[in-house]
Amino acid sequence: MAGGATGTGGHSVSTAYAALRTWLLAPSWITIAIFMLGPVLLMAIYSVLTKEFRGGVIWEFSLASYDQFFFDRGLFGDEPPKFHWTYLAIYIRSFVQASVATVLCLVIGFPTAYFIATRPASTRMVWLFLVTIPYWVNLLIRTVSMKFLIRDTGPINEWLIAFGVLDTPIKMINTDFAVQLGLFYSYLPFMVLPIYAAVERYDFALSEAAADLYASRWTTLWLVLLPAVKPGIIAGCILVFVPSLGAFLAPDLLGGAKNFMIGSLIEEQFKGAAGNWPFGAACAMVLLTMVLLAVFFYARQQAKVARSGG
Amino acid sequence: MSFEWRKPSGRFNVRRYPGFVHLAIFCLIILYAPLLIVAIYSFNASTSITLWGGFSLQWYEEVFFGLESDKFKAAAWNSFTIAISAATVSTCFATSAALGMLRAGEFRGRPLSFALINLPLMVPEIVTAVATLIFFNWINFERGIGTILVAHIVFCIPFAYLPIAARLEGISGIYEQAALDLYATRWQAFRLVLFPLMAPGILSGFLLAFIISLDDFIITNFVKGAGIETLPTAIFGAVKQGIKPNIMAISTLLLVLSFLFVTLSWMIGRMGTEVKETAK
Repeated sequence: MAGGATGTGGHSVSTAYAALRTWLLAPSWITIAIFMLGPVLLMAIYSVLTKEFRGGVIWEFSLASYDQFFFDRGLFGDEPPKFHWTYLAIYIRSFVQASVATVLCLVIGFPTAYFIATRPASTRMVWLFLVTIPYWVNLLIRTVSMKFLIRDTGPINEWLIAFGVLDTPIKMINTDFAVQLGLFYSYLPFMVLPIYAAVERYDFALSEAAADLYASRWTTLWLVLLPAVKPGIIAGCILVFVPSLGAFLAPDLLGGAKNFMIGSLIEEQFKGAAGNWPFGAACAMVLLTMVLLAVFFYARQQAKVARSGG
Repeated sequence: MSFEWRKPSGRFNVRRYPGFVHLAIFCLIILYAPLLIVAIYSFNASTSITLWGGFSLQWYEEVFFGLESDKFKAAAWNSFTIAISAATVSTCFATSAALGMLRAGEFRGRPLSFALINLPLMVPEIVTAVATLIFFNWINFERGIGTILVAHIVFCIPFAYLPIAARLEGISGIYEQAALDLYATRWQAFRLVLFPLMAPGILSGFLLAFIISLDDFIITNFVKGAGIETLPTAIFGAVKQGIKPNIMAISTLLLVLSFLFVTLSWMIGRMGTEVKETAK
């Protein structure tokens, strides 16, 4: 915080800009309110409007989009509603894939972050630097590189065939495995960095104390270290889970047409052949609700930690 | 650490977990293997995967002078213009917002204001993309460079805000107080004392916003007009027809650019901590 140095002249530095506060905050407030909050609210309205063919909407209230999400009414929409899994299945699959990606990132990311944080200062910077670079490299470039690597005629398959290990290439691209690998690979640095920050602040005297009291290495990890760095782990999980859930590049470039995720479903309603804006808006609303719930749980967890931590 | 002297003899080192080093190395291999392999193949004179045709810069030549070079040059120009403009505007907004949030005392709407500034980080990109497209369509605003720029400014604000606010939080108020006590005006105290102390944070924020803008595919893809491409959308379009060697060369160039940026922001960060330490 601003230190709380109160001046002699009656001005406190911590409130030096109090009179200007509104003006200082206004540019960001207005920009985000008009071009982000407003559009999201407009999207919510669009999700309950009637669709117009070839994009756009007719301003008439209709729950057809949400109806389409859950119920099948036949090709011409005149049959009795029948519950269907078509879209729900895409959401469930995306949810599972995002969860698996989060767990994989945690399993690899936690030891990595811990290892880096316990290096001596000189080598720690090198490790941190190496993990930070992929975080800054264009995600599209990274996904394309992964596609290049695992495609049927890519280096892995070609070299294995050249060495006589394989006769025919292993089918990796356009499979669920590829999407899963892509999500894991895309968001791995997002897991490492917040956990690293938490472990770096961790007081190892706690581990020493546990070991002195005859706790084993792994008991110490489970009962002392993990609870202490939990906020960092949760932050990492949110940072991996949220973008994985709405990911577009990994499923589109690595998964092909059969491995639809939420991102591709939504994109199709606006850019693809489907051209159903209200339905696309409704799909986006469902995704947004899922994400906001995750963020809400995270915030509540943080508040609990803050309360118990005093 | 400080308890080491009374460690029971022969007890294990509590800091070390067997196998963690292997997982850390595995992590680096996963992160780097695809990028390095593409970089290596971008210098291969042959288009074959298993045959090394010798070192060659022909694919780089193709990027700059080949058939598709005009398309990629135009896309790169758009990308850099948008990234520089979006980063500049969002850094100014974020700097001002950080002052308002951290140097203007407590106020009732503070948590709400914080949530609003960070809103673009919480909403999934695809949702932002859809919402922005719907909005521009609704107000009948023709899609083009302008719409991309506006969308980029919005999501760059929180990315610029975070490093700037982190830096500002670490600057004690005593320096400004000293300046004010010595009859500096508010403006002088800001310009000559606070701003130079904030500068590394502002620069970090700018670099982060720049890279984030340059990186964006999903939102740009939704709000760009027909015929206007940025580097990511142009690369995406080309990749749909297969990964050609010139794409590998472009990827490698962007990889080098990102590497330079991280190094730069790293050095700025170091510079910042030195200032902080001497200031203490």
